[in-house]
Amino acid sequence: MSSVITRVKQKQIAQAIAKGKRLDGRDLADYREIKIEQGIIERAEGSARILLGKTEVLVGTKIELGEPFPDTPNEGVLTVNAELVPLASSTFEPGPPDENSIELARIVDRGIRESKAIDTEKLCIEPGKKVFVIFVDVYVLNHDGNLIDASALAAVAALLNTKMPNYEIKEGEVKLKPGYTPLPMRKRPITVTFAKISDKLVVDAWLEEEQVMDARLSMAIDDDGNICAIQKGGSGYFTVQEILDAAKMAREKSEEIRKKLKW
Amino acid sequence: MSQKTEKLIDKKGLRLDGRKPDELRPIKMEVGILSNAEGSAYIEQGKNKILAAVFGPKEMHPKHLALPDRMVIRCRYHMAPFSVQERKSPSPSRREIELSKVIRESLEPTVFMEYYPRTGIDVFIEVLQADGSTRCASITAASVAMADAGIPMRDLVAACSAGKVDDTIILDLMDAEDKLGSADVPVALMPNHNAVTLLQMDGILTAEEFEKTVSLALEGCQKIYAMQKEALKTRYVSVKEVEE
Repeated sequence: MSSVITRVKQKQIAQAIAKGKRLDGRDLADYREIKIEQGIIERAEGSARILLGKTEVLVGTKIELGEPFPDTPNEGVLTVNAELVPLASSTFEPGPPDENSIELARIVDRGIRESKAIDTEKLCIEPGKKVFVIFVDVYVLNHDGNLIDASALAAVAALLNTKMPNYEIKEGEVKLKPGYTPLPMRKRPITVTFAKISDKLVVDAWLEEEQVMDARLSMAIDDDGNICAIQKGGSGYFTVQEILDAAKMAREKSEEIRKKLKW
Repeated sequence: MSQKTEKLIDKKGLRLDGRKPDELRPIKMEVGILSNAEGSAYIEQGKNKILAAVFGPKEMHPKHLALPDRMVIRCRYHMAPFSVQERKSPSPSRREIELSKVIRESLEPTVFMEYYPRTGIDVFIEVLQADGSTRCASITAASVAMADAGIPMRDLVAACSAGKVDDTIILDLMDAEDKLGSADVPVALMPNHNAVTLLQMDGILTAEEFEKTVSLALEGCQKIYAMQKEALKTRYVSVKEVEE
């Protein structure tokens, strides 16, 4: 997930951050401007588009009838997939999902799943036989860094916007009825990603900063301030103190971002 | 997998396999057991049985993947079809692809990659039997295998999980505790650098619980680090005896 920038630029970015500054004028703990639009794809059961600076992510949700997993017969199924669409970056190639898009999808999935954001028991139609399956498809439309936070936010915004079809059971058959009810949501998990550059933690790294970072750390925080998912990435490391600082800052930042979500 | 809410911690405060909350499972490590690999290791941690092998440094294939200023590490974490209760398809799952990536990224910080430009090493991990926390045991074994292969490293990488079950913070989760517990935090550490190279979590923890869980996992990493050193010593003391 990288394109080439000059060593001079890399040095500039690292040196500025060492002094607590960033080339685009932000503080280390500042996000870029966040814009959220919901319900922009009418064919989808729910949708949302996030602009995080120039990073753009569209998420659409679809709901289908399906079978539950044998170990959770009373719960609906959540499936998250991520596409790094080739038009979003010269480094994205068409073809089957690579490790980056799989990791992205699994981080988004974990934030929603582990925070128990969706009341999946309400998606059960017939225990062990019929449940609603929710497909969350993350579509990256423009890559300018921090795809994780943008995708996680877009996914939650789309779920908040998702409508569940009404149904009735006639002669043992599940029939869909006209009309919708909102998807039963309990939590709004927010994922905050830190990039480690010049031994400092930087929030919401843009593309060129990501190419300088040693490692990244993503934390999903639920509405009560609990940590519900973490992922470290990149070939660097974190000290224990950095991890604890990140956990504290993630709680503050997640609260700020959650206010932007309409519920 | 059972649906009933089993107690994972009994009245005496002991776990399903009789361990105390802060106790590791029995661990056995063997070094240099595969003849074709430059380095290899086998680990048993509870019922986990995992093989790790390292090939290289060697010329990178395909060549366009080579980097002009450093080596490339490739890593494949793979589970045998018979390693779990229900047969697992041998083709790599999304979980295995993600784990291959995070395991690679947990090993990269320790390697002097700039010493071998334009080359690559392959780290192959085969889980023969899985019983929870396999990614941690895999990292532990892979880093020992890399040392056995003579890859120049800043440190070993020791990995251990901690988590929460029945409101108790516990060390080294086994399968049942992972599935039925409320949080799982795998951690990898370069013990002499205090550098955390893998950190993941799923479940729900408060900030205080998270801090406790991480520090317990780090204690586990230190204990495992001592065993890694012991395993490497045992191997090379015996090599010396043969030569004499």
